Amino acid sequence: MGELEAEKHVQYILSVEKKKDDFESVVMEHLRMNGAYWGLATLDILGKLEIVDPDEVVSWIMTCQHECGGFGGNIGHDPHILYTLSAVQILALFDRLNVLDIEKVSKYVSGLQNEDGSFSGDMWGEVDTRFSYIAICCLSLLHRLDKINVEKAVNYIVSCKNLDGGFGCTPGGESHAGQIFCCVGALAITGSLHHIDKDLLGWWLCERQVKSGGLNGRPEKLPDVCYSWWVLSSLIMIDRVHWIDKEKLVKFILDCQDKEKGGISDRPDDAVDVFHTYFGVAGLSLLEYPGLKAIDPAYALPVDVVNRIFFGR
Amino acid sequence: MHGRPRKAPKPEEAAASAVKAANLRSLQAQFLHNHHNKTYTKEALDVSAKLLEINPEVYTAWNYRRLAVEHNLSQSESDPDSVKSILSEELRVVESALRQNFKSYGAWHHRKWVLTKGHSSIDQELRLLDKFQKADSRNFHAWNYRRFIAALMNKSDEEELKYTTDMINSNFSNYSAWHNRSILLSHLLGKRVQGFFPKEKVLTEEYELVHQALFTDPDDQSGWFYHIWLLDQTIKSDAPFLISSWPAHGFDLIVSVDKSPDGRASSPFTSFHSDTGTFPLILYFSQAVEGVNSSTITVESMLNSTNDLIWRPLSTNNSGTAQAWATNLNFPNVKLHSLETYPVKVSLGHSQGITSSSGFHYSHPSQFAFTVCVRPPNSEHGERQGVENILWRDENFHIYGTHFQESIPVVSFDQLSIKEDPEPTASNWHVQTIANEIALFRELLSEIDCKIGKLTLARLLMAHDTMMLYNSPNAYKVVHSEEVLELYRGLMKLDPSHSRYYKDEHSLVLFLQVTSSRESLLKHCCHYRDSTSTNIGGHICLRLNNLSLSRIGSVEQLLWVQMLDLSHNELQSIEGLEAMQLLSCLNLSNNKLSSCTALEPLRRLKSLKVLDISYNEIGAHSIDTTRYLCSSPLSHTFGGDWSFDDIVIDDVKVRNYWEAFVIFSGLNLTQLEVVGNAITDEKFKSFLVKVMPTLKWLDSEELH
Repeated sequence: MGELEAEKHVQYILSVEKKKDDFESVVMEHLRMNGAYWGLATLDILGKLEIVDPDEVVSWIMTCQHECGGFGGNIGHDPHILYTLSAVQILALFDRLNVLDIEKVSKYVSGLQNEDGSFSGDMWGEVDTRFSYIAICCLSLLHRLDKINVEKAVNYIVSCKNLDGGFGCTPGGESHAGQIFCCVGALAITGSLHHIDKDLLGWWLCERQVKSGGLNGRPEKLPDVCYSWWVLSSLIMIDRVHWIDKEKLVKFILDCQDKEKGGISDRPDDAVDVFHTYFGVAGLSLLEYPGLKAIDPAYALPVDVVNRIFFGR
Repeated sequence: MHGRPRKAPKPEEAAASAVKAANLRSLQAQFLHNHHNKTYTKEALDVSAKLLEINPEVYTAWNYRRLAVEHNLSQSESDPDSVKSILSEELRVVESALRQNFKSYGAWHHRKWVLTKGHSSIDQELRLLDKFQKADSRNFHAWNYRRFIAALMNKSDEEELKYTTDMINSNFSNYSAWHNRSILLSHLLGKRVQGFFPKEKVLTEEYELVHQALFTDPDDQSGWFYHIWLLDQTIKSDAPFLISSWPAHGFDLIVSVDKSPDGRASSPFTSFHSDTGTFPLILYFSQAVEGVNSSTITVESMLNSTNDLIWRPLSTNNSGTAQAWATNLNFPNVKLHSLETYPVKVSLGHSQGITSSSGFHYSHPSQFAFTVCVRPPNSEHGERQGVENILWRDENFHIYGTHFQESIPVVSFDQLSIKEDPEPTASNWHVQTIANEIALFRELLSEIDCKIGKLTLARLLMAHDTMMLYNSPNAYKVVHSEEVLELYRGLMKLDPSHSRYYKDEHSLVLFLQVTSSRESLLKHCCHYRDSTSTNIGGHICLRLNNLSLSRIGSVEQLLWVQMLDLSHNELQSIEGLEAMQLLSCLNLSNNKLSSCTALEPLRRLKSLKVLDISYNEIGAHSIDTTRYLCSSPLSHTFGGDWSFDDIVIDDVKVRNYWEAFVIFSGLNLTQLEVVGNAITDEKFKSFLVKVMPTLKWLDSEELH
């Protein structure tokens, strides 16, 4: 088994930031806020966040904020809850939450809660349990969970629970590992994990591991490095992560590295990107790979950052 | 990038990519310009359409188009043709965007938004869906959209169920179709729609359908979860019922306030000592319930005024629901040497209020009774010297004689007279169905050695045993446990990646086997007697050490246990122990507990005095798998505004040991062993001493 090419991944992330003119970079422009979170969180897990100038990042983030309090995915793009969480998470990484007008941001997020407890992603009303997680995670990091109706929010998430123990986007939606992470994470943060049948969901999740050692996101699908995060973090939150073979998963993730140029891909020998690089490195952190900072499975931030927010410095 | 091969682009590819990138960048810039200037002309709209056809994920462009539609509709409200053409154009853009990326959330949502404007027809939408569902039968966006359309157009659940049948018949390896079937069928069964009642007939047909999938390719997971759902539908009882209690029905309890029973007057199994002059009354239900309180539970006795008993849920969360509930009853207030017995009668289910989390009421009125007698204080042992130090050495444990006939208060389900099957005609069907399934899976395994066959057979056999246990407790013996244990051992070899899942299941079966009869329990009961101690009475200890147990089960049969040895196992979790309210001495040494938060269940054990957690893995792991199963500020389940920074104990900031603080500050231990854990050093030990003022012994050293 190879080793984690930590230094190369750092270089890869820095190169992505500089590269702006190829087609893939342009396609990703509208979600640059997410990209920044993936890249910077990876650097922090690798212990290399200090090579980035926080002031530059923070000032760019703040130019993406709109009058309503929400953040867009890039300068000039509309506000959306997806990018608002990434902005808050990046500021948390740099310990710079104090630059925010916290009331304004939490007003934007809490304003997206609907009558049935669900959350819309923005003013256009798309409803999804992803947005429930994002709202709950974001408000909790800002110590403003009291701004929403938590009970209704939890009940809506529970209404999306399926007979296989997993969760879908909306009531009736098929279980999907990414969606399960969102719902389990939201229930974890609100102290509501008792709504989960841990054994049933744990079995469904551990059966995501396929012969190669990788994890898929739904039954009979191909494995993909990003599920190392979605599945693992969910299994950890319900204390069932020992039901998979961790060593085989470590090997699968390491096999997806581009050992020459850095970066991690979805499957071995595919093209790398910053999204899979983050989920690969974060997955290895959850697997207790040596030399990496521990990451919190619910807030998707390094444990030291989360502890700083909830237990003081 | 998903599924794109990793290779350096050839020069001509790089050049083409650069051209494409420049084109896209220019479209994006033009579009943003139009958006910011609120330009909604046809030309401007075409720019955004081109952009979305190349990159449907530019969410702001969909927002822009919605603003444009609203703007343009308001200009042409009176003209139905132009309304139609505006909305048709949107449907067209969505469709070509979906052809570029059929997983685009933004595109699917835009189509929903257009439909709420009242344009398009069910046929048009179903045609579109057919196209995308044929191209990718697992596309969950398309399935979600299908449910949206079916609801919007009032398409019946029966019709949609038929669609899933067709999809499954054309290819059974379609988890999405099975999933949608489970959703539709639960609606139809729940509403008792004609043709879907009685449930038994429908489920029998469903079993046949899923068998075809499972037996055609046992390794294909598509039917696995549907089958386990059918199994659950077959065996589960909706309404909660009581499965055990402490004291049990017919029990003669002897209580005392001093600690040294003389060993003659009573069996240690039936005596309970407490300094506080109270004993717990524990109710254990078949599933987690809420609403257990003094108005739903009547306790009649002369012990104390029992009208305002406070019932507490024995769970590790703050949900107010639990499988086990407890209250405390006072000892009878009697004069010395009085051996009068006091009857206690407990009734429940006479009024509604005890409810399962899925909303079903406890509906079988039932009652049980026991007696309480006070053993007078023994003056000879009146002056004790300090606090006893329990030594968990083998030589201090003596095999418990099987001559104690009254012995262990194992619960008999018949004694509780609680099980009245509400659908007596149905119970035959349950048993028969499970028996059929067992026969079929045995047949499958005789042909092919497959993991789902073994696992399902193990589950079926356990379901069968559990069902027989509730139906005819007198005739009951655990008939299949050896076979099930063997199946799980086989699975560990067959599917080593999931071996610890099978090991956990194996442990649960072991617990069931050990607790299933008085005889097997007695084999694990020992008398604890320290040769150096003057305390001749001693304790009865249930010793379940060295059994490779990885998790705890059958707790409802162990409510009576006061001293428990679980050392030298592989426990990573102790979930379940929170119900064992009588526990005063607990040995968890030499297990795999990996964090303080894993000890959360102990916070509910108010009688716990002696705890051994030495030689575990506490502090050895960077990832804490019980971080969110423990009360803490991270999950908003620990107090209000806890400022851990403000608590400084002996120069140690509580923040550094918040997990230990949360757990240990709630315990009243007199003796603790923590040696052999990564977290244990002098600083940690001095922290523990400060947090637990009751502590007298720490790692075999007496504290002063």
